[in-house]
Order: sequence, then C-alpha cells, then structure tokens
Amino acid sequence: MVSPSEKLETAKYEGSRVEQSNQRAAEAADREYKHGWSTDIDSETIPVGLNEDVIRLISSKKEEPEWLLEWRLKAYAGWKRLNGEEPTWAKVNYTKPDFQAISYYSAPKEKKELKSLDEVDPEILATFEKLGIPLNEQKRLSGVAVDAVFDSVSVITTHKDILAKRGIIFCSMSEAIRDHPELVKKYMGSIVPQGDNFYAALNSAVFTDGSFVYIPKNTKCPMDLSTYFRINQENTGQFERTLIIADEGSQVNYLEGCTAPMRDENQLHAAVVEIVALKGATVRYSTVQNWYAGDADGKGGIYNFVTKRGRCDDNARISWTQVETGSAVTWKYPSCILKGDNSVGEFYSVALTNNHQQADTGTKMIHLGKNTKSTVISKTISAGKSDSSYRGLIQVMPKATNSRSYTQCDSLLIGNKCGAHTFPYINVRNHSSSVEHEASTSKISEDQLFYCQSRGICQEDAISLVVNGFCKEVFDHLPMEFAVEASNLLSLSLEGSVG
Amino acid sequence: MPEATLTKSQAQYLDDLAQQGAGGQPAWLDDIRADGRSTLETTPFPHNKMEAWRHTNISALTKTHYKTASETTISADVVSDATLAPAGWAELVFVDGHYSAALSNITNLPEGVILGSIRAHQDSEVLQRHTHKILQNRNAYTALNSAFLRDGAFVYVPKKVVIDTPIHLLFVSTTGAAGCVAHVRTIIALEESSAATITTSYVGLDDTADYLNNVVEEIYVGANAQLTYYKVAREGAAGNHLATSEILQDRDSRLFSLIISQDGKIIRNQSCVKLVGEGAECALHGLYLNDGNRLIDNALHIHHTVPHCNSRIAYKGILDGKSKTVFTGKVDVDQAAQQTDSDQLSNNLLLSDTATLDTKPQLEIYADDVKCTHGATVGSHPEPIIFYFQSRGIDEATARGMLTYGFADEIVREIKPEALRDRLESYVFRKYSPKQ
Repeated sequence: MVSPSEKLETAKYEGSRVEQSNQRAAEAADREYKHGWSTDIDSETIPVGLNEDVIRLISSKKEEPEWLLEWRLKAYAGWKRLNGEEPTWAKVNYTKPDFQAISYYSAPKEKKELKSLDEVDPEILATFEKLGIPLNEQKRLSGVAVDAVFDSVSVITTHKDILAKRGIIFCSMSEAIRDHPELVKKYMGSIVPQGDNFYAALNSAVFTDGSFVYIPKNTKCPMDLSTYFRINQENTGQFERTLIIADEGSQVNYLEGCTAPMRDENQLHAAVVEIVALKGATVRYSTVQNWYAGDADGKGGIYNFVTKRGRCDDNARISWTQVETGSAVTWKYPSCILKGDNSVGEFYSVALTNNHQQADTGTKMIHLGKNTKSTVISKTISAGKSDSSYRGLIQVMPKATNSRSYTQCDSLLIGNKCGAHTFPYINVRNHSSSVEHEASTSKISEDQLFYCQSRGICQEDAISLVVNGFCKEVFDHLPMEFAVEASNLLSLSLEGSVG
Repeated sequence: MPEATLTKSQAQYLDDLAQQGAGGQPAWLDDIRADGRSTLETTPFPHNKMEAWRHTNISALTKTHYKTASETTISADVVSDATLAPAGWAELVFVDGHYSAALSNITNLPEGVILGSIRAHQDSEVLQRHTHKILQNRNAYTALNSAFLRDGAFVYVPKKVVIDTPIHLLFVSTTGAAGCVAHVRTIIALEESSAATITTSYVGLDDTADYLNNVVEEIYVGANAQLTYYKVAREGAAGNHLATSEILQDRDSRLFSLIISQDGKIIRNQSCVKLVGEGAECALHGLYLNDGNRLIDNALHIHHTVPHCNSRIAYKGILDGKSKTVFTGKVDVDQAAQQTDSDQLSNNLLLSDTATLDTKPQLEIYADDVKCTHGATVGSHPEPIIFYFQSRGIDEATARGMLTYGFADEIVREIKPEALRDRLESYVFRKYSPKQ
C-alpha cells in the first residue's frame, strides 16, 4: 500500500509529468530507442557454445567453490535432458535461440579488485552515466544504492559502507558466493530449483552474476536498493541470478532496470530472481524493463525469458511491480508462494507492446497458509502489430482457510492489428476462501480522446494521458523516480502507434 | 498430426466397427462413418497432458471399452415418470441410444417441420445438408460418434415457421445400458426467421449401471431465427455423459441456451458457438450441481468471426462433497469482428473443503473496437449473512439451504416453459433443503 505521504509526493509529480509529456511532443521527431547505442570497451568474452567445459570455465574464471560447480553441472545435466524442448505453451512466436551460438560469459576486462569508483573503467562509468544511473559519488544524494551489471558481470555496487553499518549485505552474487557462502548455499535454488523450467535450468548452469541482498532481522533498509542491467556485447546472453533474503521483520525496496543496445540479432536474457521473505518481512520488488524491443519490422530485440518467484513465511509480504515496455519477446511470471499464515502477495503490472513485440506475462499466487491474501492488478496495452497476453494462476490449497484473492486484468487495444489475450487459471481447493477475478478488454474511449483534443491537447499526448491514467493504479505502487520513468517510457513507446 | 498411439479400448472400438461392416445405409452416411473412423485412427483419446483436459480426468472412460447397446423396450409409464415434458409437447424418445417410435409423440407440429429419427429421414436432402457439416474434430470422442453414426434425433424448422410448444428429446438409459455406449447424434436446423424451443434431457434409470452417452449435437440457427435450448443431464449415479455441441449462428440469429448438469458420474458439456453472421447474439447459461465423488466439466468456446455480434456466458455452480469441477470459457474475437460485445461470468459456491474447482476464463482478442469482459468468483456463504438469518430465528442449516437455493434459482428461473421450470425448481429446492 502507498502511504499518504508517498501519495502526496506522487501527486506533486503529476504536474511535472504533464510538463515532461509536452517536452516529449517536441522530441517527437526522435522516436528511436534511446538506449540503443553500444559502448566500445575492452571485454573478455569466451567463445560461443555451451558444454560442460564452458561451465567449468565460467566457474573457474569466477573462482567458485567446488559445490557451486557441481550445482551448475547438475543444472546443466537437467537442462540437457530437456533436449532443447523449450516450453511452447506461451502465446509467443519466435525463432528459437541457438544455444550453441551464444557466448555465456562476457565481462569488461581488467577484472581486478575494485576499491573505489575511480578504478572502474571510465567508459563503463560513462555508459551508466549516459543511462542516467547515478553511480558517481557526487550523486549519492539520490539515496539509492546501485549494483550495476554490465553484460554478465557486476561492475560496481555503491553505498556499501552505509548499508554495512546496519548489517545489510548488498553485493554482487560473485562476492556473496565468496563472502557469504552459507547464505547462498542455504537459499539459492530453494525458491526456483535448478530444474524448475527450461530457462531456469539454463540460468542455473551458466549464471555469471547478479545481485545479492540480505537484510538482517528487524531492519528497515534505509534506502532503496537498485540493480541496473545492461547487455552490451554482441552475441552474448545475459544470465543473472538475484537472491534477496529478508530476515524476520525486515523491510526492503528493490528496484531493477534494464537496457540493451540496438542489434539486428535477437539476444537472450534468461534471469532468475528468488526472494525469501521470512516471518514478518516485507519485500517490494519493482522492475522497469526496457530492453531493446527490435525495430519497427520486428528485427532484433531481446528475448526476455525470466523466472521470478518469492516465498512468504508467516505475516510476510512480497509485492511485485513491473513495467514491461521493452523486449521483443517477454515470458515472465513473477510469482508468490504464500506459505506462511497471514502472508500477502501482490502483483502490479503494466505491459506495453508495440510494433512486433510479444509479451506473455502474468503471475502465480499459490495460497498455502491460512488467511493468505493476494492481489493481482494487470494492465496490458497492445499497439501496432503486437500481441500481449496475461497468463495467471491463482491456486488455493486445501489448508489455506480464509484466504482471499482478487485479480483484475484490463487490456487496452490501440489499432486493429494487435491482439490482447487473457488466460487466467483459478484452482480452488478450500471452501472458506474467496477468489474473485475480473477482466476486460476495450479500446481507448473516443469520447475521452475527443475531450482532450477539444481542450487543445494533440492526439498523441491525449493517448498518452489516457494510457497513463489507465495504468495509474500500477504506477502508484512504484517508487517515485520509477513511476516518472515508467510514465515517460509509456509515452515514448506509444509514439507513432496512432494515426 | 503427431504419431498417435492408440489405446487398447480404441483398437477395440475399431474392431467393433470392422465387425459391423458398412451397414447398408445411404452412401452419404457411410462417408461420415468412414471419416470418423479415419480420424479415430489418428486421434488419441483425451488425457491430462492435453491442455483442454488438464483437470478433467476421464481415464476411467478412456480405458473402458463400452459395447454398443442392444435395443430394449420400456413401458410408457416409465417414460412418463422419466420425462420432463408435460403432456402436449412433441417428444422423441430414445432408449439406450435406439429410437422408439412407439414411445414418441410427433403430432401437432406446424407444416414443414421435421421431427424424427435420423434413420427415418436418412434419404432426406435437408438432413444430409445439415449433418456432419459444422462439426469439427474436437477430440477422439466426436470422431467415435461419427464412426458409429447410425441413428439420432433430427429437428428441422423451415423458413418463417414458429413452433410455440417446446419440443422434447428424451434419452433414457436403462439397466441394459450397463457397460454400453450410446453414440447419440442430434441435428437441429432452424431456417431463416423461424423460432423454436427445444429441450433435451438425459435420464438414467439404473444408478448402478456404468454406461456412456457420447453425444454430438449439430445446431444451425439461420438468419433471424431464434432458438431457445435447454439440456438437463440426469444420468444414473454411475452413468457418464460426454457431449459436444457445435453451434453455427447466422445473421441476426438469437440463441438462448441453458445447460443443467444434475446427476451422473462424469459429465462434460462442450459447447462451441461460431458466430458467422453479423448481428448474431448468443447467451449461454448453465448450472452445475456437483457433489459426492463426481466430475463435471463445462467447456465453452465462442468464436466471433464477424462484426456486431453479442455473446453472454453466465454459469453457476454449487460444489459439495469430494466433487471435481472444471469450467473453461474461451472467447475468440477475430480481427474482422469489430464492435463485438462479449461478457462472461462464472460464479461458484463451494460448500465443502474437499470439493475442487478449476476455472479458466479466456479471452483471445484481435480486434480493437470491442468490449469484452470476464469475471469469475469462488467462495462460500458469507458468515455475516448466516448470522443475520440466525438472529432472525432461522437455524444455520436452513439459512445455508435457502441461500444455496437462491443462488441456483437465479439460473433456474430463466427457464421459460413453466412445466420445466417448476420441475427443476422443486428439484433444486429438495436437493438443498436441510435434511431432517
């Protein structure tokens, strides 16, 4: 839920949002994907292909302990058993990636221990600077700790010392494996097992880095934690693994953002995110996904095949908020296992597809404990020749007495060449629970557009206004900076889709 | 089509066919049977790995080889007990899948209306025109039905004819049906600007007989025609019912359909409506009363292919005991089908902790100027309301019974023929009254 003060701040932002939207109109000429450039840095990329030796090589490059190598090999064996049979149930069409044509490890060179920001390759810093990610010391005022992942490897994590004072661990996965193996060993794979699905198995075998968060008992993380993912190299796939452990009674907000250069080939991004919310913990996980979506003819773009799942113990809460505007193909179902009594799972999503983008996204809420609650709000916008689907599961198990679930998924269609689909599955095994589901599909109301236009707002801005209003329920759950970015992204992605 | 491995029972059905031979009926019926057989040879029986059958476990049926039932006779008294139709309704009676002319009543019909068995009208050009035309191969059971097509019910209403009194099609399964399957085929065709009310009911007389009614209905609603359709499944406690209704609606036609699933071990109603003429409207209603150890599956599919059509789905279910219930409502809107107005609602009342429900409303939309909604709810009686009843001196069991009856009656009271409505209302009332 949003506190009144947050709401007030969001309200304050409304004004500037409209301003920015006007500014957008001026920039209408520049309709390109603005993160489409690539950085020319010296990086170390291993040859393409996937076999046990590659996994051993990744593991040795990262100087990993033996148990992890075995863990990876086990995952790889499981993946191989699947015989390249990717899941086909999602409503997406794409050329299957050739898993032997991908390089599974790419890292900026000179990988020595970095003591401070000054030692980071200035090119990389400039890259993140250009992306608007405040890695620089001077920008610490922004109050967000950032872990930046460049291709496969975590480049730098800021604000570590402030966090360390409270016992919070926020570092790259590699560091966590080295410094906190007991935590990693205990929780990694406990939520998303190695063999969970095709892409999770692949990720478990070849993951190179990611973020690791541990919030100690009864601690409220003083600032938002953020990871920024960037795919830079050609022919690489990004396989990061994020593990968030919120110990009893702790609280954390986690933000994630992603971009990639414009390339004609499809690049693969298969990440795994695991969240463990122990008794009474609260985790809010927000994503603004803006991977390169391919050009207007559907060439290139990122395949975003992501497995995200969290487990809630007693009285814990996990809230997923996502804004999906990028990627050529999205396949993503952030889920909550509501294992503990009184636990709460939330999912707020905006998925926007334009041109030839395809998105099959939704959530799974598995009610296991008593008095568990889940809320699902999904807003889907399709434009151009795109296809977007909501696919969700609400499962109420026999012991989940008095559990409640509410789902609302709305779709908005812009133009008559796109498609919007909903596939909600509701499985109930307990009679004291109540499950509600509603969905609607419609187009932008002509009346609303006409009204805006009669007040001197051009059609494109009017559409952007209406769409922003349509998504407001979800944006309200985003941290403020993200909400602004998300609403700008929407206007940008929609440009040129009407008329 | 992928390589299909046939189960033992499937091979046995094919053996049965080989033994029966061609049958000596007109060539066009033989062609349909041959088509059914060849489909059966390549289509595996439904199993849980198929998305449409994920939660519908009918392995008990697919493993069994049901024989074709032989002809039996029952007395008129038995029929008058079993039927839902009051005197005066035209009625076709089928016993274990075989048409009984003696028990049927096909008098008092307007001129031009055809009501009778498929066998009796097998030379009719009209019948040939409407048989096996809109059926799609949904699964191996529809293929099985075509392969064994011998007889069935045929209703034809010519242009501009309005039938005021409802027509009743009664399918009775006797003790003799044990271990047998009836491949029931019903052809209903309403020509332009005609109107009719048709009720079908399935009755099992023996609660211990394990039989299967494998039903295929092909329904054509012509331009500006109006069909009101009721189906009541009251199979025996060990009887099974697998039905596929394929409905084609032309321009400005209207369909009101209400399917009530009362009794039977496994009941599956698949209703597929294709709207091919502008301005067509369909309203699919349903009520399923599930309890004990039974399985009820309602699979609906509405396909909008042209602009300006409306579709409504309203299904309600009461789930008790260890029953399993599945509901799938799929609405497809093609790119051409602009101005579609579609809504869908599935309400479920769970009365026990052991009953399970799997519901999946689906929308697949390719047109932008549409209004499509769906909703699904699952829950039990709200405690504050029960408390209110109690505070007014009504005991808890009665309060729950009244609320359950009220929930079901919202669907039952939509039934227009009074005789039918009264019977079903009193059935529901008795079923959910507190046991003394």
